[in-house]
Amino acid sequence: MLLNEAAEAMLRGDLGPARQWALRHQLEVGRFFAARDLVPVGQAHIMADTESLGEAGVAFLEGLAALPAHERRVRIPTITDPRGSDFAAAARLKQQDWMVALERRTVAAFEALGILLTNTCVNYQTIMPPVRGEHVAYGDTGVVIYCNSVLGARSNFEGGPSALAAGLTALTPRYGFHLDGQRRGSLLVETDWAPTALHEWGALGGVVGRLAGDYWRVPVLVGLDRVPGSDELKHFGAAMASFGSVAMFHIPGITAEAPTLADAFDGPPPALQRIGRADVERLLAAYAEGGDAVDVVVFSAPQLSLFELQHLAGLLDGRRVLVPLLAVTSPQVKPDADRLGLTARIEAAGGMLLQGMCFYQSYARELAEANGWHRLATNSAKLTNILGGYGYRPVLLSMEACVEAACTGRLT
Amino acid sequence: MTGPREFAAAAAFGERVRGQALVAADGFSARYDLDRHAGTFSRPEHKLFGRCYIGRILVLDRAKGGVATAWMLHEMRARGVMPAALVLNTVNPIMVQGAAFAGLTLMSGFAEDITVCVPDGALVELDPAALRPVLRILSA
Repeated sequence: MLLNEAAEAMLRGDLGPARQWALRHQLEVGRFFAARDLVPVGQAHIMADTESLGEAGVAFLEGLAALPAHERRVRIPTITDPRGSDFAAAARLKQQDWMVALERRTVAAFEALGILLTNTCVNYQTIMPPVRGEHVAYGDTGVVIYCNSVLGARSNFEGGPSALAAGLTALTPRYGFHLDGQRRGSLLVETDWAPTALHEWGALGGVVGRLAGDYWRVPVLVGLDRVPGSDELKHFGAAMASFGSVAMFHIPGITAEAPTLADAFDGPPPALQRIGRADVERLLAAYAEGGDAVDVVVFSAPQLSLFELQHLAGLLDGRRVLVPLLAVTSPQVKPDADRLGLTARIEAAGGMLLQGMCFYQSYARELAEANGWHRLATNSAKLTNILGGYGYRPVLLSMEACVEAACTGRLT
Repeated sequence: MTGPREFAAAAAFGERVRGQALVAADGFSARYDLDRHAGTFSRPEHKLFGRCYIGRILVLDRAKGGVATAWMLHEMRARGVMPAALVLNTVNPIMVQGAAFAGLTLMSGFAEDITVCVPDGALVELDPAALRPVLRILSA
């Protein structure tokens, strides 16, 4: 790979062992994908909950944090994905002391590295959305697919170590979605039905994701009869990324790099694949089996926007939950939810509004064991896709049906 | 067995590895599919559900899911609850980044579906440093 003088200096270790590790890591990854060189990036976003890091990952971060300041601090704005704990709620969730301690050590290490602990997976809604053509190094697949597709920014899926490396070097290997050729459509899908509720948008994303089934395929969706909003595309993209490992999609006339259908492809479109409401209902039905009793209701993955919280608060007004209801938002939205009275309305019904974490990144298996949770209701298609491996039996419902389940303890 | 016993890969890195293959035509994500404490596949829908992956050369179709695998492979290695290597028809960046960070041998990109070519339980050897990276079936 071609390296400029600054990168060569980092590789030699002239700027310390942290940047040397980062460059070596980037070269190993870049060579695997036959990257020509490294591309400068303007932001990095690190996924690093401690369930994923473990003791070994935290110790790695602490090793970097112990270096002199000029050697350890990131070179570009570098932010964090949700953490594994909302410290204020850890005891109520029955998270164990060792989990909280590991989180606190990680926070301290990140602060020493100069990383901004934004703890959000919706930074494109809350922090600073990237602009079209901007190269970034984002973790969280939902962030990447939204920013590539809706905004026209350029990022691969960057796992925690790679996003950290990008923060330290201000570079990332130029392959995949940093290149024009990878960003063109490779699958044409027509839907005969447009969702209305967020869980349906997620389910539609899941159907398209399963069809694509591959990071390197870029679905192009036609057939929608209106322009989806940011929360709808958030659920749609996050589910597509989760079910199919997809990093980019086009909706001609709506997303950034496809003003028309022709713009979405290099050359003629591939054969049309048709999907519709029946496919979405099949996906929903696959999660419906498992009994009528519900143990816990979760709104998370992605973190809720202010508008979603407003809707949830309205549904809970005058109600009282019988089973735990958890809603998760970002630390940026939470103060507004407090100020505007949304938090108080959710909590008056017995719900919990958590911030800066995400349910599946918060020791979901241990939460299930500690709280006796098995049957989980959510309106997040992404969450239903993930939690099966953690021993849950999730069911995907509308926000309205989830609230009803929380208030009755049963599916209706 | 009469078919070819060597399969060239498009890309690979890591140490030369020999071990027993655990094979399925299914995807792979450390977060979605594994009980990383027990060292087993825990997702009920996965074709390897309930099977132990520790010390095995995983031969699967494609990388899937989210970014967590990038840290998790490193964490699994530290606790010794780790496959010996990963062989995939198709990778995503997370699997490559995670394997690189964990020092795990990784190989992908074959002319044929590698999950069909390698019998479950076969003794295989991966030679990622060869001029053309190769998977060898030593005995099936």
